[in-house]
Amino acid sequence: MNFDDTPQEAAFRQEVRSWIAANAPKQYEAGLKTSGFGHTALEGVDIIKVSKEWQQKKFDAGWACLHWPKEYGGRGASPIERVIWQQEEGVYAALSSLFIIGHGMCGPTMMAYASEEHKRNYLPPLAAGEHIWCQLFSEPAGGSDLAGLRTKAERDGDGWVVNGQKIWTSGAQHSDYGILITRTDPTVPKHKGLTMFFLDMKSPGIEIRPIKQVNGQSGFNEVYFTDVRIPDSQRLGKVGDGWNVSLTTLMNERLSIGSGMPTGFPELLDFCCSLETDNGAAIDNPAVRSKLATFAVRTSGLKYTAFRSISALSKGEVPGPENSIGKLVAGSAMQEIAMMALDLQAEAGALLSPGQAAASARFQAMLLRSPATRVEGGTDEILRNIIAERVLGLPADIRVDKAVPFNQIPTSGR
Amino acid sequence: MEFDFSADQKQLKDQARRFLEAKSSPKAVRAILEGPELYDGALWQGLAEMGFMGTAIPEEYGGLGASYLELCVIAEELGRAVAPVPFASSIFLAAEFLLAAGSEAQKQAYLPKLASGETVGCFALAEGVGAATPKHIQAKVAGGKLSGTKLPVLDGDVADFAIVAAKTGAGNDARSISLFIVDLKGAGVLRETVETIDPTRSQAKISFSGADAELLGVEGEGWSIIERVLDRAAVLTAFEQLGGADRALEMARDYALDRMAFGRPIGSFQAVKHMLADMYVSATLARSNCYYGAWALSTGSSELPEAAATARVSATQAYQHCAKNNIQVHGGMGFTWQFDCHLYYRRSNLLALSLGSLSTWEDKLIERLRAKNAA
Ligand SMILES: Cc1cc2nc3c(=O)[nH]c(=O)nc-3n(C[C@H](O)[C@H](O)[C@H](O)COP(=O)(O)OP(=O)(O)OC[C@H]3O[C@@H](n4cnc5c(N)ncnc54)[C@H](O)[C@@H]3O)c2cc1C
Repeated sequence: MNFDDTPQEAAFRQEVRSWIAANAPKQYEAGLKTSGFGHTALEGVDIIKVSKEWQQKKFDAGWACLHWPKEYGGRGASPIERVIWQQEEGVYAALSSLFIIGHGMCGPTMMAYASEEHKRNYLPPLAAGEHIWCQLFSEPAGGSDLAGLRTKAERDGDGWVVNGQKIWTSGAQHSDYGILITRTDPTVPKHKGLTMFFLDMKSPGIEIRPIKQVNGQSGFNEVYFTDVRIPDSQRLGKVGDGWNVSLTTLMNERLSIGSGMPTGFPELLDFCCSLETDNGAAIDNPAVRSKLATFAVRTSGLKYTAFRSISALSKGEVPGPENSIGKLVAGSAMQEIAMMALDLQAEAGALLSPGQAAASARFQAMLLRSPATRVEGGTDEILRNIIAERVLGLPADIRVDKAVPFNQIPTSGR
Repeated sequence: MEFDFSADQKQLKDQARRFLEAKSSPKAVRAILEGPELYDGALWQGLAEMGFMGTAIPEEYGGLGASYLELCVIAEELGRAVAPVPFASSIFLAAEFLLAAGSEAQKQAYLPKLASGETVGCFALAEGVGAATPKHIQAKVAGGKLSGTKLPVLDGDVADFAIVAAKTGAGNDARSISLFIVDLKGAGVLRETVETIDPTRSQAKISFSGADAELLGVEGEGWSIIERVLDRAAVLTAFEQLGGADRALEMARDYALDRMAFGRPIGSFQAVKHMLADMYVSATLARSNCYYGAWALSTGSSELPEAAATARVSATQAYQHCAKNNIQVHGGMGFTWQFDCHLYYRRSNLLALSLGSLSTWEDKLIERLRAKNAA
């Protein structure tokens, strides 16, 4: 049992390290370190421009989407090399948040279903950060129950015409392309009548309206489609097979490993060590210690769970199901950590301005962002269902709508 | 990175599981729960024949000299089988004390017999209600004679000898405590078995009145030796807890698939599914933290204090969580003497207290993280 790299891994890590040391935008290092949770921002800097520049630089040197095949813009790296890159990129990884959906979900879906020509045309600029992609899945009537979506695509000559509405689309306002799941046949059961496409987000008939979030930012959007035309060549997978295509996308979303999701524990520990109370430092209080210990073991448990998965990758094996706990544990840990930190700040815990609030308002930012972690990409409850069903082998929930033609499913809205 | 047990270690684990499934079946555990025997002598004999007790004891003292990783996988299987034997007292504690602080003569005298299972050792620290801190300890040694009362002592009624923490100095601080080896069959020792929440692991009240006590390690350094040995024992015990947690989760899962209510398996109700998913989460966190502990223990890392407390807190939480919800999933059946759920419920709560309570370990963990943070 060890944490050591194999000689090849060590050589690769060294190569990554030297390249990053020579090329990373160091002027932003400090700013990125203290940048708010869930919202990368740098004082007086256009974050999109900086992110794109860093991505292009990585691409030119062969470090963008390195696990993708070379012909699509990657370097054909192994899964473990990808992990090593992520570990070494460190704080600069925050500059990739703009591309996470494109690289993590849209790219792999294109790789699996697009034509060779499309892959060669679209994937390299996606890897290079030249193009931003978004994922147009969720709708007002289809979130956890994604297959309840209603945006319809109808055949028209050698193309399709799309009408409907998507919601919660992260980054749509910055996006050049998107992958879109639609209903092409409402007369068959819900999972059967879906079809996936990719499309140009500048197509006529698309209207994007940013949605203001709890934390005041507008990362996600409503996207309206009015007679938007998509060529049939941009269909991904067979007509009616959109559900299976979407599973490829979502599977990739859950596959990224990294080195354990952040919970905010190191920041909380720091804060408790430095906060003076009438009875000494906050960390001397037994009630504080007991809570801290629970957060500590959840955080280290995530870290070492990731290491177990990485060990499997290192041996060329597929990681076990242990990684499925990551977001479920991290989301609520971060939320509880934020609440505890605010409690320790007492009345001033309510302050939100980084100049006035303790710890540059880091915990307030966590408080206001963490609810999203528990919802996006599968809610806590859906993740528990997945663990219960796929890991523990318990029966699926009973579904009253599974075998019913979609247009006969009772809804409140019709 | 190879943050996992090796193929050989996994094979040893399978071997231990098969052996314990045969020899430490629920029926065998119940025989100790319900009968007059204090522990399962036949199982103890069998474990000795398998060479399990001597796993991590060096060859020159009659052991196999394997690594602590091998001992961790055995610990996990002992926990899974709720084995009713004094393995932890004798191997995780007594042997570790001797290895940590014993003179060459003491090691030669005791370790080979511990490795062969011929002799059983235990550790006597607590003296009634409350955390066993240096201030709390009243037992005293003067002129080589020990007086005082230890309660409870895990396996104190089974063991041949005890490592006893007693006062040798004035004052109440750590430097006032020293360790002694005491023959429990000698004069001046009165032992009585006490009733506890888990009768499958026997505990005793031991009264010493002028018993012969042989110093272990340097006088006045008892407390620091205790801290070091408890860290090692904490990792091993955490594996025992992990094995129990996993088994309790499996029992609950199997029952949820089998038991029907409202015309469907109870495992199809989300309240039950989500309870089981949460049990899986805590058992998975505990496993990963235990591996961290195993790594630190087996490599002699300076991170051991942090890793041990992490593994210990996480495994304690997971075992208690899984064992109590295992009963919940079983409904009324779970509360019967006849079903095995209570074996795990009892053991999880016993192990949460032995070596110091959860809150004690939470406290140690944070103290250690704070020191690291300050560095
Ligand atoms: C910050 C953020 C970014 C997002 N970005 C994107 C994006 O880029 N693209 C995209 O397509 N989507 C995106 N989403 C949408 C996200 O995937 C959905 O919000 C999520 O899947 C939940 O769907 P919903 O909002 O419709 O909630 P609902 O499905 O209505 O859920 C409401 C509540 O009901 C519970 N619930 C629902 N079904 C069940 C069930 N079967 N069993 C138990 N409980 C259940 C849920 O757990 C939840 O607590 C984003 C969301 C957020 C918050």
